[in-house]
Amino acid sequence: MKKTSLTAYLLVVVLFATAIISVCLGDMYISLFQVIQSFTGKGSEAHTMIIEMLRLPRITTALLVGASLAVAGSILQGVVRNPMASPEILGVTGGASAAAIAFLTFAAGTVSIRWLPVSALAGAGAVSLVLYVFAWKRGVTSMRLILIGVGMSALMSGVTTMMIVFNPKNDAGQAYTWLTGSVYAANWENVLLLLPWTAILLPLTMLMTRHVNIAQLGDDIATSSGSRVQLNRFILLMFSVALAGSAVSVGGAIGFVGLLAPHMARKLVGANFRRVMPVSALLGAIIVMLADLIGRTAFIPLDVPAGVFTAAIGAPFFIYLLYARRNES
Amino acid sequence: MRFTRTNGWRAAGLAAGAVLLLIFLVASLLFGAKNYTWKAAWESLVRYDEESVEQVIIRTTRLPRALIAAAIGASLAIAGALMQTLTRNPLASPSVLGVNAGASFFVVFAAVLLSVSNLQALMWISFIGAAIAAVIVYVLGSAGRGGLTPLKIILAGAAMTALFASFTQGVLALDKQGLSTVLFWLTGTIAGRSPDMLGIIFPYMAISWVSAWLLAKGLNILTMGEETAKGLGQRTYLLKIAVGAIVVVLAGGSVAIAGPIGFIGIVVPHLSRYIAGIDHRWLIPYCAVCGAILLLAADICARFIMIPEEMPVGVMTAVIGAPFFMYIARRGLSK
Repeated sequence: MKKTSLTAYLLVVVLFATAIISVCLGDMYISLFQVIQSFTGKGSEAHTMIIEMLRLPRITTALLVGASLAVAGSILQGVVRNPMASPEILGVTGGASAAAIAFLTFAAGTVSIRWLPVSALAGAGAVSLVLYVFAWKRGVTSMRLILIGVGMSALMSGVTTMMIVFNPKNDAGQAYTWLTGSVYAANWENVLLLLPWTAILLPLTMLMTRHVNIAQLGDDIATSSGSRVQLNRFILLMFSVALAGSAVSVGGAIGFVGLLAPHMARKLVGANFRRVMPVSALLGAIIVMLADLIGRTAFIPLDVPAGVFTAAIGAPFFIYLLYARRNES
Repeated sequence: MRFTRTNGWRAAGLAAGAVLLLIFLVASLLFGAKNYTWKAAWESLVRYDEESVEQVIIRTTRLPRALIAAAIGASLAIAGALMQTLTRNPLASPSVLGVNAGASFFVVFAAVLLSVSNLQALMWISFIGAAIAAVIVYVLGSAGRGGLTPLKIILAGAAMTALFASFTQGVLALDKQGLSTVLFWLTGTIAGRSPDMLGIIFPYMAISWVSAWLLAKGLNILTMGEETAKGLGQRTYLLKIAVGAIVVVLAGGSVAIAGPIGFIGIVVPHLSRYIAGIDHRWLIPYCAVCGAILLLAADICARFIMIPEEMPVGVMTAVIGAPFFMYIARRGLSK
């Protein structure tokens, strides 16, 4: 446990360091001293404006999105008992994207934007439900779940493209950036949209960690140890879907965070979910923040979506995992 | 109720398919945002008059479009059938295994960042992209104990698709101007494609079709299993390389013309196998005809779903094909 607290402590330090660097760097460089000045109310008006209206909300959004996606992925990997399971491979992210784009296309303007996370969530939920039903054939095997998930994510990307083309009002470029996953132009409203979900779901998941640990042992052992396997699995999957859905509704489909973070966490602190969950939340937040930081500073004046970087690291990692597991059936 | 598949029946079926294909080709000329008469279509073919607006539209827009749809449909279907045989996996197809995504990324990279506009060059770039993706997926999928398992190769395909898709998105994020020009292409469309590209690629495609058919006997032996094929004196490596090259040309060529159009390569081979059986000497021609018909039909439908806009045909095939993919996945991979 000692090692775990040390790791967590170090990660919190890294998180803060990343956040501070993110506040300083950008189109306009603001030195650390100037940042402190504006926090204490003595900085120049321009600096305060940039920090408070542009950079801070963006950093906070990245933090929340990253943590949500990472925890969603870690739950999924634990419950499905397959390290390859991640929201984007199974099409859950795709369902959330399709629903969110549908909301923006058909309902924006008439319905409050506050319902956007709910609609993304409904999309993610609907996809996972259909996935589960389709994969059910005297029980669900992870192979069937994954194969059908691959089809599902293709279907969802088709539906999303259709939605973009259907709506001539939509700015195709904007929708495309969103699909890649970006916290570009995030504001405090986005943060408020996402915060309740994260603030409620993360502690709740923490309360359920015991059940994930039991689920990892397999259905038979879990049942004989008195766990209500089906019920707990359902609740945990709903948590995962809700976290992924709310994150996608704000940040778009930032890929592979849900795959990377839990794996790194397990390498750092072992398989106990009680430790994996908080550590992967921290890692997820750091990954998305870093990706966003690189995206908006490396190619100035361009703002490259964070999702490009997470996928560029995540997809090769996925391939590595595939190779490392080549001898398992 | 299933009748016995004698060669006579198969030939008759193929002939019927050819007639159907002709009907769909003509329908593709006649129907759309504006419908034309038989007479106009016929005259534009035999007595072309540059003064007549409708004849010009038929000749320069509708005709190339119909031919492109037919050629690509046939190519993708044959590529899918070959991949399914080669990987012994009923879910294999150029879109699922990342070959289309690889070709797309290379074309987008070359066209947007390097400003390559030479069609011949783009074709070869597309071939290279398809080849790289195909080799990586095949190697990853067959590495390790147990060899080429269905789950491994599908996951490898999904990973490569995700990787190339994110690279493509990265390129487009770097160049916003490029986005508007290639976005429609990226969804897979055969509307407004220039016939020049087809003219360049068609010979390669035709050679691939014929070679696939000539390899049919070898493929039949390969379906019996690698060991059996080797025992019968087949040089399986040579055959696999040849088939791989054909797949790359067919899939890469299709992407170069029309962007990544998915799921033709999975639906059609299953359909054709149901009609014609598993003998590749019949399966491949059936795939060609059925693939051409299916893509023509999808393209005609795409014109009517959201008048006056047109739906990218790649979306149509994904919406039809993905549920089919899930159905096959559910039915099981015991084969």
